[in-house]
Amino acid sequence: MEKLLRDKKALLLFVFPTFLIFTTIIILPIFFSLYYSTLKWDGFSQGVFVGINNYKNLFMANTDGFPRSVLNSFILAVVSVCIQLPLALFLALVLSRGIKGERFFRTVYFIPVIISTVVIGQLCMKIFDPDYGIVNVILKAIGLGSLQRMWLADPKTALGAVFAAMLWQYVGYHMLLMYASAKSISTDIFEAATIDGASEARIAFSITIPLMKPILRVCVIFAVVGSFKAFDLIFVMTGGGPLHSTDVPTTLMYNTIFNRSQYGYGSAMAIFIIVECLVCTVLIQKAFGKDIEY
Amino acid sequence: MKSGCIIVKENANVNLEVRSSKSPFNIKKILGVILLAFFGIYAVIQLYPLFWLLLFSFKDNQEIFGGNVLGLPGVWRVSNYVTVFTSGNVGIYFMNSVIVTAVTIAVSSVLLSTCAYAIVRMHWKLNNVFLTYILLGMMVPLHATLLPMFIILRNMNLLDSYWSLIIPYIAFALPIGIFIMTGFVKGIPKEIEEAACIDGCSIYKIFYHIVLPLLRPALSTVAIFTFLSSWNELMFANTFISSDRLKTLTVGIMSLAGQHATDWGAIGAGLMISTVPTLIIYILLSDQVQKSLIVGAVKG
Repeated sequence: MEKLLRDKKALLLFVFPTFLIFTTIIILPIFFSLYYSTLKWDGFSQGVFVGINNYKNLFMANTDGFPRSVLNSFILAVVSVCIQLPLALFLALVLSRGIKGERFFRTVYFIPVIISTVVIGQLCMKIFDPDYGIVNVILKAIGLGSLQRMWLADPKTALGAVFAAMLWQYVGYHMLLMYASAKSISTDIFEAATIDGASEARIAFSITIPLMKPILRVCVIFAVVGSFKAFDLIFVMTGGGPLHSTDVPTTLMYNTIFNRSQYGYGSAMAIFIIVECLVCTVLIQKAFGKDIEY
Repeated sequence: MKSGCIIVKENANVNLEVRSSKSPFNIKKILGVILLAFFGIYAVIQLYPLFWLLLFSFKDNQEIFGGNVLGLPGVWRVSNYVTVFTSGNVGIYFMNSVIVTAVTIAVSSVLLSTCAYAIVRMHWKLNNVFLTYILLGMMVPLHATLLPMFIILRNMNLLDSYWSLIIPYIAFALPIGIFIMTGFVKGIPKEIEEAACIDGCSIYKIFYHIVLPLLRPALSTVAIFTFLSSWNELMFANTFISSDRLKTLTVGIMSLAGQHATDWGAIGAGLMISTVPTLIIYILLSDQVQKSLIVGAVKG
């Protein structure tokens, strides 16, 4: 057995293809991006080395609204941590303590997660349609016709409409993660607490939530990093418009590279997104501190 | 001591029942009803948009513009689906998605199971370093690799081919798959492999005939994960594919919606067609799908 498991040829055969694909497709591109980000380059002619100028242009003397797009992604992160996660947590806590139709609700809440964002995006464009969309039709029906507007074409409401769709889609995902974690807590603890006369709310805040800390950390990281990486729904619904009001770094990067052929400048945005995600992951890990065990 | 505990518990239950039976309108019951109502309403919020999509995929514009936006269609027009399938390229898009997703799942399953086995079982110095290296991949946002990958694929003349999607999808399926798989391989008892070795099996035979069948549950978990992410992927598909006959459903639906911008029924039918496969899989395997997404997330 020893000899078989030290077989160099088998090892190479088992590991090398993965190593090759993984390195060329995921790791090398980061270094390429880093290199491109120091160039002024349109993708076809020879690139000119410009040092850190691209990075300077991101925030100083910026003309394409990059700071605004970063701000948008931060707003999305805050909204999803402050609204989406608490809602998901509430649903998960109640479901995990047993409610009629536990399985049904869990299954239904999760459906939007598995549906393609293109479908959700196209569907939401219909929902927010100024003439025949659900939102405006219902507003009119209940006598709030004055609130009707062109949700996605109005720079004031477009961001809110897109964010609503994104939050709606992923509540079920966070709920499921939290639910699984709450379900894994030993029921003995709950029984003991009930005997001691603790109320359901008290049980939730003193026992369940502290024990769910590892998964809550995962959810916060997903919500924040996911907001920084958000692309699909915005790309489908507004493409970053109207007037850059819904731009996030990823959509702006896409347009900068493929519509304006600023390969170097777009790569600087890509590097910014990587660094932003890494830094926030580490910060959130730190902020949560050590896990609690009973 | 143990029986004492049980007695105390039963007493507590009795006490609770006595207390709650005193008042007919106890707060707990009312709260329960309110909670149930809340959960019901929320279920409607999650489901209604999709139900609405189903409804308008059977309507035509006359009906919608005539004011029947929310209600059931007057006539169930299956013709929308027929139109989309025959005049549009939805059939082709659908096949492309099937091909790309199937090849991605097949190839990545082979790669990640052999690799996970080598990392956990085989004796080499760098196995832990290699695992960490692969897991780093989970941190990389795929947007950051878009442009370099575009240029790599362009230089290899692979742009606008199935491979330009299959290769990146495989690469991005690997880290999470290997993460799930290594955890699973660790749980397989070594003894069976040792017995097979004594019987003179080669390492390849051991892997193929003994380990691989045992890995099946984990493989299905990973396959569901890979299916969802490649079936629904948009950015790569939108960037690397330009000819209409190679488009996958996500991109195809985008261009379909562009062409029929005002034809609600056609768009609705297109959206339904691309959603139905995932919905069927979810309805048949809902527990399995949920488990696969939980396992995929919980790496801490």
